[in-house]
Amino acid sequence: MSKKILAAPYLLWMAGFIIIPLALIVYYGLTDKNGAFTIANVASIGTPEHVKALWLSLWLSLVSTAICLVLAYPLAMILRNRGIGRGSFIVFIFILPMWMNFLLRTMAWQTLLEKNGVINGILSLLHLPTQSLINTAGAIILGMVYNFLPFMVLPIYNVLCKIDDDTINAARDLGANSVQTLLRIWFPLSVPGVISGITMVFVPALTTFVISNLLGGSKILLIGNVIEQEFTRGSNWHLGSGLSLVLMVFILISMAVIAKYDKNGEGSAF
Amino acid sequence: MSQPLIDLKNITKSFDGTVVLDDLNLAVAENTFVTLLGPSGCGKTTTLRIIGGFETADQGQVIFDGEDISKLPPNKRQLNTVFQKYALFSHMNIAENIAFGLKIKGKSKSYIQDKIKYALKLVNLDGYENRSVSSLSGGQQQRIAIARAIVNEPRVLLLDEPLGALDLKLRQDMQYELIRLKNELGITFIYVTHDQEEALTMSDTIVVMNQGYIQQMGTPEQIYNEPENAFVADFIGESNIVPGIMIRDELVEIFGARFACVDKGFGNNKPVDVVIRPEDIDLVDPSAGTLTGVCTHLIFKGVHYEMEVTTPDGFEWLVHSTDLCPVGQEVGIHVDPFDIQIMNKPASEDEEAVGINE
Amino acid sequence: MSRLRRFLKRTWQDFYLVLIMIFLYAPIATMMVLSFNSSKSRTQWGGFTLRWYTDMFASRNIMAALHNTLLIALLSALISTIIGVAACIAINSMKTVPRAIVMGITNIPMLNADIVTGISLMLAFIAFGISLGFQTILIAHITFNIPYVILSVMPKLKQTSRSTYEAAMDLGAGPVYAFFKVVFPDILPGVLSGFLLAFTMSLDDFIITHFTKGAGINTLSTLIYSEVRRGIRPSMYALSTVIFLTVLALLIFTNFVPRRKSEK
Repeated sequence: MSKKILAAPYLLWMAGFIIIPLALIVYYGLTDKNGAFTIANVASIGTPEHVKALWLSLWLSLVSTAICLVLAYPLAMILRNRGIGRGSFIVFIFILPMWMNFLLRTMAWQTLLEKNGVINGILSLLHLPTQSLINTAGAIILGMVYNFLPFMVLPIYNVLCKIDDDTINAARDLGANSVQTLLRIWFPLSVPGVISGITMVFVPALTTFVISNLLGGSKILLIGNVIEQEFTRGSNWHLGSGLSLVLMVFILISMAVIAKYDKNGEGSAF
Repeated sequence: MSQPLIDLKNITKSFDGTVVLDDLNLAVAENTFVTLLGPSGCGKTTTLRIIGGFETADQGQVIFDGEDISKLPPNKRQLNTVFQKYALFSHMNIAENIAFGLKIKGKSKSYIQDKIKYALKLVNLDGYENRSVSSLSGGQQQRIAIARAIVNEPRVLLLDEPLGALDLKLRQDMQYELIRLKNELGITFIYVTHDQEEALTMSDTIVVMNQGYIQQMGTPEQIYNEPENAFVADFIGESNIVPGIMIRDELVEIFGARFACVDKGFGNNKPVDVVIRPEDIDLVDPSAGTLTGVCTHLIFKGVHYEMEVTTPDGFEWLVHSTDLCPVGQEVGIHVDPFDIQIMNKPASEDEEAVGINE
Repeated sequence: MSRLRRFLKRTWQDFYLVLIMIFLYAPIATMMVLSFNSSKSRTQWGGFTLRWYTDMFASRNIMAALHNTLLIALLSALISTIIGVAACIAINSMKTVPRAIVMGITNIPMLNADIVTGISLMLAFIAFGISLGFQTILIAHITFNIPYVILSVMPKLKQTSRSTYEAAMDLGAGPVYAFFKVVFPDILPGVLSGFLLAFTMSLDDFIITHFTKGAGINTLSTLIYSEVRRGIRPSMYALSTVIFLTVLALLIFTNFVPRRKSEK
């Protein structure tokens, strides 16, 4: 029985700094400045400006999630089949960039993408027309893919590593060719990792304000930028909380999907 | 023998510079139960995986029904495998698992349904179609793995230590089950195990392997009664292996005592190895024994007593007998001529290498 | 499969791996190059210099931010490891339903968007009357770090068999002694990787710090963010290069040295 007491600090901490804060967002989101109940904050998502930001966020985050998935799946397959280091080495490779500050890493892409930047420099060396890369939606997607790719690779890699070689051999033995084995065995068995990867990329991409700030210039506003500005400049915390509640709907949907497809936590990233 | 169904020719395979199979030749006839038997690391599983197509031999050929299939991938080979840990598809139910190979081949729905029913009946699991893999016990999963393989009507079924993970009672039941299946299906089974009892019970032919070489191939009776070398004698059952001198045909001298035997053709006064099974030693009155010794050890084993009789030269004879000889008592050893098995001593270093390592 | 096809497949795979590595590490290489660039422009090479490295040590606010960042990372990783390991032991002995609820709550900060976590903590600190500063950043970091510790330790704890712990008790050890002598060595790899992960996450965090820091205090992330509009001082690149190379050296050392020992 004494063991249960060990959970007390954690439970108190979680109650104080996870549950209560989230409750406060709900409270702020559903009240006005005088503390009276209102749904105006949440409903303001319907204003053209906010709708535009939300749509753009959804669109960019979906595209970057799809790109991450397309890049990560073959990568995870290759790493698994080579049996590289079993775990530590691969985590090492993908965690290492995090030690270079997130903002600086993203800033570095400015240098690469700028009008006189490295990529355009290479293009002009090859006598190709230079491209305007920075401050576009494409640059934001690139930043998202760059920052969140590890969160797609790791869960898929982990789940693929748990598939026994003989399961694959059995499929081959029963007559399945490579494509059939991929579609009927690899894919269905890696669903937990894929789902977990998708949410781990989609949620931060949907809610980011930093990447859009650094790579999208000031013209492109995502829903994250709108909320951030309400809190740091506009100072309308009630409106910001209301919009956060809208975001939380998407987050809750992701959590529900994870709970459905990854019951045993097989697809966790770390 | 007519043309073998499977013919391995000069198969050589090494992993990271270690030779696992060295110039192995093996022919398997149609409709036989062949067991590859040996300690772990002897190359038996590698042989099976080469036949199945999961490994490629460095050299040599795999001939199947007269055709070279060495370069065919597993999915193009007319044989199926039952894997050691079953390797069932956990995301499919039992029916889907069994149907997998048939769906790949594009069989009709009704055909597949019939086959599933038939296969489940064959492995005594009718009605399990919609169960999940995880709800089944180890023995049941094993039967499903077999059902999944045989619905494809392979001409050869490869089994890689399929009973290894099961407990003793279940293992014995499954042994009879496998013999029954083989007789009902009339196909060739190639079975890998390190369990000599399993091999003796089920096989038509046993192939004893060690360190990448075939040590002996024959019927269970031949392997047990007439081991060709010390390794086989030691690996199959328990035995007393003693040095002897072949005085002439049908007479061998062991520790100074002369035993009549039935073996011929070893020459005169040639050193040989002599194998005597513990159950073939008769304990008699000291005066009637060819050799005499003192009983130094006694354990009751249920079916028989296990005793150790030490002869004056210091050799401890392992004896299985229903007659009891108390520890400390002097006793005579008698062996019938046909119970003595003579083997040539290893002639060269090379042959020594295939002997016992322990 | 023919040898040629296998060779082509392997080459193609190598090519793909190299491309991904370039993608991951190109920005980092860019920053390292810029840290030696004597021109302040981010796009022009003005010659090699070590000036930014000496500037970095001379800059009081960079050093203060570095100090805050490291202290918060260390403290938050340490505290969250202690709370997390204790929680794991308790959770491991819970029944299925309470365990599922607690693990569900544990997942919230991991799956929730950083911006929502940051805002919610800020609202809570203000509601509780805690003034925003060093302590609020620390609390926030501990909050999002605990789940990483729990997720690292939990699988290891499940693997250790109950019987070794019980055997230790049977031989006369008290529960605390038995835990530290028998269970703890088993879960140590999980504890260490949890600690390291927590430290890394804390170091790399910007968004949550941004909302919970208050005025007058900066971590490296927030300092960099405040410089984005004016243009980032190359000293920042220098500092990041130093941190990156230190970590790289440490990780290579810890990854490859003990491995040789355990291979005996």
